Amino acid sequence: MKSGSNLEKVLVHGDFAVTGELGPPQSNDREVIVKKAKAYKGYVDAVNITDNQTAIVRMSSIAACAIVAGLGLDPVMQMTCRDRNRIAMQSDILGASALGIKNILCLTGDHQSFGNHPTSKNVYDIDSIQLISMVKGMRDDKKFLNGEEMKSEPRMFIGAAANPFADPFEYRVVRLAKKVAAGADFIQTQAVFDVPRFKRWMEMVRDRGLHERVYILAGVIPVKSAGAMRYMKNDVPGMSVPDELVRRMEQASDPKEEGIRICVETILQLREIEGVSGIHLMPIMWESVAPIIVERAGLLPRPEY
Amino acid sequence: MIVAEQKPVAEILRMIEGYRKILVVGCGTCVTVCMAGGEKEAGILASLIRMAWAREGRLGPLIDVSETTVERQCEWEFLQEISEKVAASDAVLSMGCGAGVQAMARMFEGKVILPALNTKFIGMPERQGLWTELCAGCGDCVLDRTGGICPIARCSKSLLNGPCGGSQNGKCEVSKDIDCAWQLIFDRMKSLGRLEALGAMLPPKDWSKNRDGGPRKVVREDMLL
Ligand code: SF4
Ligand code: SF4
Repeated sequence: MKSGSNLEKVLVHGDFAVTGELGPPQSNDREVIVKKAKAYKGYVDAVNITDNQTAIVRMSSIAACAIVAGLGLDPVMQMTCRDRNRIAMQSDILGASALGIKNILCLTGDHQSFGNHPTSKNVYDIDSIQLISMVKGMRDDKKFLNGEEMKSEPRMFIGAAANPFADPFEYRVVRLAKKVAAGADFIQTQAVFDVPRFKRWMEMVRDRGLHERVYILAGVIPVKSAGAMRYMKNDVPGMSVPDELVRRMEQASDPKEEGIRICVETILQLREIEGVSGIHLMPIMWESVAPIIVERAGLLPRPEY
Repeated sequence: MIVAEQKPVAEILRMIEGYRKILVVGCGTCVTVCMAGGEKEAGILASLIRMAWAREGRLGPLIDVSETTVERQCEWEFLQEISEKVAASDAVLSMGCGAGVQAMARMFEGKVILPALNTKFIGMPERQGLWTELCAGCGDCVLDRTGGICPIARCSKSLLNGPCGGSQNGKCEVSKDIDCAWQLIFDRMKSLGRLEALGAMLPPKDWSKNRDGGPRKVVREDMLL
């Protein structure tokens, strides 16, 4: 075992993994985290804690991860390259490990112009691929980025993101291969609405044998309303949403139920694709729907190790 | 070249409040080419100031706004030529880039030197009336690895290893008005038959070459006197 995290155990044992996403509050209120985390307990194998997503200031991922770990869940600490340089990142990785955090998701990070501090200066000292390689170096070679040795290493299960719906499409698998070569153990993808395009991407992934070198968790987002579906389609960069799904949401008498149905159907289709090792649920501001989806997709009970 | 644009006139007028003899100094090099601070622009700015002051009834025998332009504000020899004019003024409004303003401030000790431009970037005119940034002066050029397109200046996140997840239809996630630099790099490498090269990981950049302690220097031992 590289980290001994619950997520790693589940994947190594060959179970179809389920992870969920939890966004910390724009305050210091730990109860918000506790409430959201409890909704996930028993329904997911690990919980991703976002890192100031969409560049809006929120409670730090590392602190929220520690709270979640204290509740007996396995946190995945998301870390973006937007706000910290290599010194701060390595320091936080050591700190996270000391707090019992065993998974990290290495991300580029949304540009600050999307968030609530658009006049801030971004960092991007290193990029997400270099971050993956840095964490791997810390874990496997016990070395800081500068080559200096450390006494005890942070044992992290290293994750990365992949977006099969961004452009240039042809380059997307090359970028995945770079992430795997840099040391990614698992991948969480952008939310899949466009299953045919995802299948084409997975074909390219399999052609390169990447599915045998990295665990791929396909992202899914349960959508509450037709408006939210249209927003995903038109306003989220790097997202592909078929018109058919917008139409289904528009015509539904109970849009919430329809959103759940679409999500469950998508999961069932994704499960059939060779090389998909699990799903990553991202119920934006709707964490309470996770148990329903996991149950209806036939993914219960979650394995215990 | 260095691309700059003039500050709003109101800001310039606030800057020179309280001074009576103003010398506007244009620069004949980059800012002439980008039409921000050459001879013509210096003349226009000086007239604008005169008009504004006339409206306020400030023009009189002891009040004066004049203009001059040197070939390059960032070289001592050209600044020497205007020493007398500078000496006769209360404050100098430099229409050079940031280097020009600072060169004047060093050359003319005890004289107030004010910037009339906002210095923007190293770039080129893309078409009439449009200039774009091309180089961020990072000090360690990687254009050989990226098909001659700069990821540092032109990618919104200065990424070195390919496009982020926000690249769509050739555009950057930040705005549909921004070309994704990595889409451009990909297209160019493809047309060069060098896509293979984009599979290699570029290591973390040595940013000490970009912004180090104090101003960066270029020393040519062979040329030192
Ligand atoms: S890599 Fe550096 S030196 Fe080369 S064009 Fe870009 S910013 Fe300028
Ligand atoms: S979309 Fe392209 S240009 Fe914009 S940040 Fe991402 S890689 Fe850079």
